[in-house]
Amino acid sequence: MARVLVGVKRVIDYAVKIRVKPDKTGVVTDGVKHSMNPFDEIAVEEAVRMKEKKIASEIIAVSCGPTQSQEVLRTALAMGVDKGIHVEISGKDYDTLQPIHVSKILAKIAEKEKADFIIVGKQAIDDDSNQTAQMTAAILDWPQATFASKIEKGDKDITVTREVDGGLETIKCKIPAVISADLRLNEPRYATLPNIMKAKKKPIAKMTPKDLGVDVAPRIKVVSVEDPPVRQAGVILPDVDALVGKLKEGGFA
Amino acid sequence: MALFNRLLPKFITTFKARGIASLAALPETHQLLQKTCRDFAEGELKPIAAKIDREHLYPKEQIKKMGELGLMAVAVPEELGGTGLDYVAYAIAMEEISRGCASCGVIMSVNNSLYLGPLQQFGNKEQKEKYIRPFTDGSKVGCFALSEPGNGSDAGAASTTAMLTGSSYLLNGTKSWITNGYESEASVVFATTDKALKHKGISAIIVPKPTAGLDLGKKEDKLGIRGSSTCSLIFEDCKVPKENLLGEPGMGFKIAMMTLDAGRIGIASQALGIAQASLEVAVEYATKRLAFGKP
Repeated sequence: MARVLVGVKRVIDYAVKIRVKPDKTGVVTDGVKHSMNPFDEIAVEEAVRMKEKKIASEIIAVSCGPTQSQEVLRTALAMGVDKGIHVEISGKDYDTLQPIHVSKILAKIAEKEKADFIIVGKQAIDDDSNQTAQMTAAILDWPQATFASKIEKGDKDITVTREVDGGLETIKCKIPAVISADLRLNEPRYATLPNIMKAKKKPIAKMTPKDLGVDVAPRIKVVSVEDPPVRQAGVILPDVDALVGKLKEGGFA
Repeated sequence: MALFNRLLPKFITTFKARGIASLAALPETHQLLQKTCRDFAEGELKPIAAKIDREHLYPKEQIKKMGELGLMAVAVPEELGGTGLDYVAYAIAMEEISRGCASCGVIMSVNNSLYLGPLQQFGNKEQKEKYIRPFTDGSKVGCFALSEPGNGSDAGAASTTAMLTGSSYLLNGTKSWITNGYESEASVVFATTDKALKHKGISAIIVPKPTAGLDLGKKEDKLGIRGSSTCSLIFEDCKVPKENLLGEPGMGFKIAMMTLDAGRIGIASQALGIAQASLEVAVEYATKRLAFGKP
C-alpha cells in the first residue's frame, strides 16, 4: 500500500477582506483569521479517502511556516491524517519563502519518508503561484499530474483526469508521482468530534530547513505591495461605430 | 449541579495548563470543534432551517449527520459511544448549531442534557448499555417527560403515577409539552410512586417508545422552532419493567432538578446562537437597505 505525503499551507481565510499594510511591504496578517488553504483541504481529503479505500497505508501532512502552522496540521490530523511534520520557518525567512524552497523541502521529506505520492493543492490562495507541485516533481524526477479532478489507481500506475483550459485531459502516470488537487476532485469532510479527540494523540514532528539541508535564502525581493487600482467608471456608447472608433483611438484595433 | 461539576474539571485542567495568557482563547480541540460545527451549520442547516420551520418537518437526515459528527452525545464517555468531551465543548457546539437552525439545536440539547444526562449520572450498567449507546449516533433520540398539564413550574406536584405491581410499574397520567415527543424512542418519565411523600415520592422511570399503553398527543402548533416536535405523552395502564427505574425510588425530583440545571447551559447556548444569527441578519440588512438615500 502506498505512503502519501500531503502538503498543507496556513493562509489567510478565504472569507477575510485583505488589507495592504501602510508601509506597502505586504498584507496585514496580525490578528487576521487564518485557515488551511482550501485546495490543500481537498488534497488531504483525497489522501484520507485513499486510506479508507486501502490504497494508502499512512498519510503524513507537512506544513512549512511559523509556529501557527501547527494549527493547520492539527486540522489535517482531525480529518484523518496519521502524523504531521512541521518545518519551522519564521520571521524574515518566512516572508521570502517561495515555492522553490518548499518544493526542495517536500522532495527531501518525500525521500526520507519513502513516499509514493505527494498530493498538494494546485495553488495557495495567497500567492496563487501554482508552482510547488510542478517544481517538486522536477526535483524528484517524478511524473506530475496537476489540476487533478479525478484519480484512479491501477496496479502500478494512476489514471488522472486533469481540468485544463480546453476541457478534460486524462493521463496515466507511473508511481511514485506528484499530484496537485483541483476544486472538483472531492468535497472535504467535516472533522468529526471523535476524530478531533483522536487528533490530540497523533504526533507532530518538528524540524528546520537546515535539518533537511535546504537553503531558504531569498531568491526574490519584495519591492512593493499595493491595492489593485480602483475600477474607473465605464462609458456607455451609442452604437457599434462609436465602439470601433474608441477601440482604434486606444490602439486596440 | 453535580452533573455539571463532574464534567467541568476536564476543561479546568486544560485551562490551567495553558496559563492566564490564553484565558480568552479556547483550547485547540475546542477551536477545531467550533470550526466543524460552524461549517456544518452554515453548509447543512442554514439552507433548510426556514423550510423545516415553515413545514413542521423533523430534520431526520441532519440529526443523523450530527450524530456522525459526534454532536448528539458530546459529554458521553467514548466507552458508551459518545464523544467524551466536556460541557464547554457542548456549549460551543450548541451555540454554533443553533446559529444555523434552532430546531436542530433544541433536538440536540434535549438528547444530550435532558435524556443522556440523567442516564449517565444515575443509570446502572444495563440501563446505560441499553438506553445510552443506541442514542449516541443520531439514529435515535430520547426525551424528558416532567411537565404536565397541571404543573410546569411546580414540578413537585407530579400527578402522573407509577404503581409497582409485581415485576413492573404501571403508569397512568399525561405529560405535556415534551420536546422530541414524536420522534424519540425512549423517554425519562417522572411519576409519583408514593403520593404521601410529596416531592420525595417521585421517581424517574425509563420508558421505551413505542410501548403498549403509551399514546402520543397531537403535535403542538408552535410559533417557532417547529422542526422539533412538542407533544403530549398519554399513559394509560402503561406497563414498564421495574428494572427501568432510574436511580432509587423517590430520587425523581432530585434527578429532574439536577438534570435541568445542566440542561440550562445547553439551552442558554442555543439562545446565544440564535441571538448571534439574528444580529448577523439584522446588521446585514441594515447596512444594505437604503432609506433616505443612505444605508
